[in-house]
Amino acid sequence: MQLAERPTTREALAAALAAAGEAGSPVRFAGAGTKAGWAAPVAAHALELSTLGLDRIVEHNAGDLTAVLEAGVPLARAQETFARAGQMLALDPPAGDATIGGIVASGDSGPLRARYGGPRDLVVGMRVALSDGTIAKSGGKVIKNVAGYDLAKLFTGAFGTLGAILEVAVRLHPLAPETATAAGSSSDADRLGRAAIALARSPLEHHGLDLRWARGGGTLLARFAGVTPRAQAEAAERLLRAEGLDTELIEADDALWEEQREGQRGPLVLKVSALPSRFPALARALDAVGGRALGRAALGLYWIRLEQPSAETVGRLRRELAPSPCVVLDRPAGLELDPWGPADPGALALMRRVKRAFDPAGVCNPRAYVGGL
Amino acid sequence: MSLTERFRGIVGAEHVITHEQQLATYESDGLLQYAVTPGVVVLPGSAGEVAAVVRACHEAGTPWVARGAGSGLSGGALPVADGVLIALTRMRRILAVELDDGRVLVEPGVTNIAVSQAVAPAHFFPPDPSSQIVCTIGGNVAENSGGAHCFKYGFTTNYVTGLELVLPDGSEVTLGGRELDRPGLDLVGAFVGSEGTLGIATRIWLRVVPKPESVRTLVAFFGSTVEAGEVVSEIVAGGIVPGAIEMMDNLSIRAAEGATGAGYPPDAGAALVVELDGSEAECATRFDQVVAICERAGADSVRVARDEAERELIWRARKAAFAAMGRIAPNYYVQDSVIPRTRLAEVLGRIEELAAEHELRVANVFHAGDGNLHPLVCYDGRVPGEPERAEELAGKIVKVCVDAGGSITGEHGVGVDKKRYMPAMFDEPDLAAFQRLRCAFDPEQRANPGKVMPTPRLCGEVPGPYRRHPLEEAGVAERF
Repeated sequence: MQLAERPTTREALAAALAAAGEAGSPVRFAGAGTKAGWAAPVAAHALELSTLGLDRIVEHNAGDLTAVLEAGVPLARAQETFARAGQMLALDPPAGDATIGGIVASGDSGPLRARYGGPRDLVVGMRVALSDGTIAKSGGKVIKNVAGYDLAKLFTGAFGTLGAILEVAVRLHPLAPETATAAGSSSDADRLGRAAIALARSPLEHHGLDLRWARGGGTLLARFAGVTPRAQAEAAERLLRAEGLDTELIEADDALWEEQREGQRGPLVLKVSALPSRFPALARALDAVGGRALGRAALGLYWIRLEQPSAETVGRLRRELAPSPCVVLDRPAGLELDPWGPADPGALALMRRVKRAFDPAGVCNPRAYVGGL
Repeated sequence: MSLTERFRGIVGAEHVITHEQQLATYESDGLLQYAVTPGVVVLPGSAGEVAAVVRACHEAGTPWVARGAGSGLSGGALPVADGVLIALTRMRRILAVELDDGRVLVEPGVTNIAVSQAVAPAHFFPPDPSSQIVCTIGGNVAENSGGAHCFKYGFTTNYVTGLELVLPDGSEVTLGGRELDRPGLDLVGAFVGSEGTLGIATRIWLRVVPKPESVRTLVAFFGSTVEAGEVVSEIVAGGIVPGAIEMMDNLSIRAAEGATGAGYPPDAGAALVVELDGSEAECATRFDQVVAICERAGADSVRVARDEAERELIWRARKAAFAAMGRIAPNYYVQDSVIPRTRLAEVLGRIEELAAEHELRVANVFHAGDGNLHPLVCYDGRVPGEPERAEELAGKIVKVCVDAGGSITGEHGVGVDKKRYMPAMFDEPDLAAFQRLRCAFDPEQRANPGKVMPTPRLCGEVPGPYRRHPLEEAGVAERF
């Protein structure tokens, strides 16, 4: 039988976690469940500890461009609140009902990362629960603060392996008044890669710089935001044309970028931590296996989507894309593979020490993370 | 063989300092109120030498402190008496510049400015502490350094993608790398800002970014800091994110003007430096908006820099503010508190009251965008009782900032100087959680001991049956 609890206060969540810690029984943390298939599976008999009962927007300090959110707040609801003040949390992963806690715990991000950074860069404080019942905070709610260790970074992207995220303090940004996108296409991956680097190296201050590639062709998208986005997009378009791409300028660009976000999900999705200069090699490897990819051209982060998932294809891509790490996100139930791939043994040994220090009972999402952490 | 002998074997006798007068050079960092003479100073020249030196300390059970340029302002590089000081200033090679990927690989002794110079003219390294000409990247990583431009560009932690470390047991480990989001715990994020208590970074992968196309700078003068503060709020509320937005109060203006002759009116209640950068068109439009906001708010005057020389002149006064305090008082105590920006008027009012109560003067210089105040508590160390009164006042100012929802330090670090204020911001379970990280990296706590945490703590088994440690029984340490 599967057990589940949905505490409505952070103390109750910490107490449930402490009880599991004392009993030595595994716990699986859950938000809206939009990424439930990511990471390695936690034992079926694990207690599911839901954060959905912690759903308060604790503070929105519009004048200070900060907010404090409980972990179970859906990102979409928080964004509605911030938008009323002309603000946003600059996180735009394909979200659906996803909660802020789940997005931070998984380190997920979307096209806005190119300009604003990812969850690690936007979370300025955090409150967590540990498996001995401790509730601890780090950071604060001001955007500049170096007091104490930055435990929020440690818990961001840790997939609940150290403890439960109860609450995050985040930095907000003004909503862009207007946007415009310059697009450039080519069937030549080298040319596309060169154009991406040229744009990334140019002083044009993009709001998003994405690439997409499928079946021997691709497009570079450079989005600009502010009070003069068209002038900037025109400059980018000239640059892309000079690099030999077929270009166009798109002012009603919301749908285009929505596609870039949604393309980060699929039957099997492999997230590649590459570099801008490795894009042509990635495109060639993709064409050989029949996949499609999109991602952040200036950051080197790509999401490969395979329509016909197989462990062999994942293995082949990992070999061909090395040394860029490839992490499997979405995948069909029953497909046996290590979602994380190999990790540096020295770093892994240190991660194990950190895991033991924060979760000595070893009950938080056991074996879900890198190296069976 | 003595530890010093071992060091001579590792780095060569010429890079081991034991002479008393030479040791004195290293007894303080940028915060001169604290001085401790180290037992020995070692200057390794490579990652391998750092590892061997740290391993020797580990085997001997000797505590050590790492130091870069020694420009820190929190006593973070204050030596331990009879301990080892590991100075990293010989390790100043830039090992790779990969501009297509926006990456640079450097050794810890490379100065902050040298990174920007290595990627000029089209790129730069955004964190820009005022000490950037001398301060080192190793120190920036330890302190998570900021600077005037971090409201828009962020801090050191946002620009470090990988680290090669020597851990306190002398072992070497690579965390992260060139790429973002390498799978696994973000130990790079945990290490940056750990103030030298988790190990020594021997190689650092940094992200650099293109220089903006256009930079526009102005300084506007107002009757009071309250008026200038309202302008800052209006700029931010207008959706404008300036590259830098800095404020000085009357006392700082007078000191800086006396030192630089930059043309700041000495009777102005507040000076507001606003710098926008970005694309030409965007910058021009936004800049006009900022000028209009300043004028509408009743600025006494608005001076727009017409060229690079005028821009430098505007910045000269701001950057000279700390050093110029000597004109106001023989000694000053720099603080680094942060407040939510909207509480500025209230907090400044409170600081003024407290200063009057303590019969001391406080000059205020701050990064207004992110609410990072640098109150300078002026005093005369020769007057009996004044240093104590200044310290008491400083402590009260910190408390006011924390109570307003802020932080005890925005960019200088906790070090030895602010550790006593940590309990104002963090409760016991929070401090205990910090200690868990410390113990995972450094169970014997030999790396920069006595910094950051307010009281000595042990690394015990967690959890497990409670046993009193001999140090606890003796009352010199407490368990977390």
